Amino acid sequence: MTTTDRIPQMTTTTATWGVVAEFESAAAVYHAAEKLTEAGYTRTDAHTPFPVHGIDQKLNHRESSLGWIVVCCGFTGICLAQAMMYWMNAVDYPIWVSGKLPYAWPSTIPITFELMVLLSGLGAVFGMFALNKLPRLHHPIFAHSTFHRVTDDRFFLSVEATDPKFDSSATPQFLQSIGGTNVEIIKD
Amino acid sequence: MTAIPVDPQVVDEPENPLVRAPLVENGRSFADVTDIIAAPAEGKTPRGWYLMFGISVALLLNLGAMIGYLVFTGVGVWGNNVPVGWGWPIVNFVFWIGIGHAGTLISAVLFLFRQKWRTSINRASEAMTIFAVMAAGIFPAIHVGRIWVIYWVFPVPNQMAMWPNFKSPLLWDVFAVSTYFTISLLFWFVGLIPDLATFRDRAAKAGRTVAARIYGVFSFGWHGSNRHWMHYEKAYLILAGLSTPLVLSVHSIVSFDFAVSLLPGWHTTIFPPYFVAGAIFSGFGMVLTLMIPARKWLGLHDLITLNHLDNIAKILLLTGTMVGYAYGMEFFIAWYSGVEYEQFAFINRAFGQFGWAYWIMITCNVISPQFFWFRQLRRNPTVLFIISIFVNIGMWFERFVITVTSLANDFLPSSWATFSPTLVDILTYAGSFGLFFTMFLLFCRFLPILAISEVKGVMPEANPHASSSAGGHDNH
Repeated sequence: MTTTDRIPQMTTTTATWGVVAEFESAAAVYHAAEKLTEAGYTRTDAHTPFPVHGIDQKLNHRESSLGWIVVCCGFTGICLAQAMMYWMNAVDYPIWVSGKLPYAWPSTIPITFELMVLLSGLGAVFGMFALNKLPRLHHPIFAHSTFHRVTDDRFFLSVEATDPKFDSSATPQFLQSIGGTNVEIIKD
Repeated sequence: MTAIPVDPQVVDEPENPLVRAPLVENGRSFADVTDIIAAPAEGKTPRGWYLMFGISVALLLNLGAMIGYLVFTGVGVWGNNVPVGWGWPIVNFVFWIGIGHAGTLISAVLFLFRQKWRTSINRASEAMTIFAVMAAGIFPAIHVGRIWVIYWVFPVPNQMAMWPNFKSPLLWDVFAVSTYFTISLLFWFVGLIPDLATFRDRAAKAGRTVAARIYGVFSFGWHGSNRHWMHYEKAYLILAGLSTPLVLSVHSIVSFDFAVSLLPGWHTTIFPPYFVAGAIFSGFGMVLTLMIPARKWLGLHDLITLNHLDNIAKILLLTGTMVGYAYGMEFFIAWYSGVEYEQFAFINRAFGQFGWAYWIMITCNVISPQFFWFRQLRRNPTVLFIISIFVNIGMWFERFVITVTSLANDFLPSSWATFSPTLVDILTYAGSFGLFFTMFLLFCRFLPILAISEVKGVMPEANPHASSSAGGHDNH
């Protein structure tokens, strides 16, 4: 398929989202993923009840960039805590208690640490949701007849219609040839 | 369906140390794991649940009544008075917050150490953490006296045009506990998402539309995509990495509430590590108190095995002995310091007016875990349950001993006094159990009590390189 073919598909309701195949075990989906990538497919994904380790290399999925988001959030937390305590206790309303300096760095460490952790944690969770484009109420893949077992004991491979190598007859056949069952074309 | 390879090993014998016992017993498949964990949420509510829930809700209502009485009357309804200004409310606060720590230890620290046996107990322990921190948070909030100005502890503008004093450990505590609660809740929720998706799919399949909708909303549209799993696992690892120092900081800061003061018996540098060890000890005690009945009543024997209980017992033995060491070291340092007041504080703890509480503490916390040197006792759920109750009692008394004895007999004999709780003290404390158990029972009834996807992930057949001879469970 070429780019020009895909444009009208995205606007019609019966456009193809992709093709999905079912596998019986983690090992089966892992080896099928390897063959799928070797065959030249790029817009592929695995759907599994738990993370199958190593399958990301087989599907050429890039490592998560979440760490950078968290580092930025954590650094913001540190700066925010320091600025807050300095301004509130030493500038805006200096508090002199038992001869201690209004701002002394050792006493600021616990709160600085806590705010660093708080913002990092919020960044990790909400950053993860943002990168995953979640929450979403629906996804075309739920239309697959046995896909409800993805959260139980079945493993799936999907090839999206946007894949340059996607073909509505050759791709399902290929998925079947590498061990997939219940191969279905999913409408968007 | 291809035969899933199963490790045929017998579990309960002193095994070949080179081969690890399977984490899931009796050759259960992935589907079996899902079925076992989903059963309590899908079956009919057992009558026993209603009974326990009724008692818990009654206690919870009693908590509401006691707090209402306190707010309308004043803190004089408690036994707190000069010189014992910190009575049961602070004892209860430290007790509950300590219990929470085991959940974080299991979910974060054991995760970083790749202790795969954690997967079958981490969900319930994290839930325990959240409910324990909720119970804990009530006490410092209501004990401020004028609860309607509690927002003065937060850095928000108030009518005095003043800001909080950030040099006070009590304020550090506000930040530590609220951060701890937030992060624990997020960590728990992130772990729940794939399992809520499991519940969603099962409910939809069974035609339970309302349940499917509710679980569907909270599972955020999870569909097990590998791209999602990659970000998810990174988030999980980061949260574990953040929670590990966080949990150590929280109880360290709680101990600063005491240690930064000048009172004999409080003003010691051993407090942070000693409090953290005690917190883990008390939390694992509560994990056993909750999980042994849950394992029996909900039929989780294949997932929470005797090996799991054995491991928890070993941690109790270790942390109980560490706490015992700290008790001994406090006496040594008091003697070695040459400070008369410090020496008196400790002799008074053991042989003074609250000596009985001190010996309850020693018996429960130091002596009772020593039974766990014996393998037969570590693998006997009844013995474990009984000792876990002793641990809970002992750790409450530890906080009582620390808080009350130091305040009751400090420097000048003329300012000494005694302390006795009031009925309101006792009922409020009982009410906090009502809150804790109400939440825990709701959790057991409606949510996945074990981390379904994580348990599957540590089964041998989850390893894509597992050969037909299996044994992938200790292949890292």
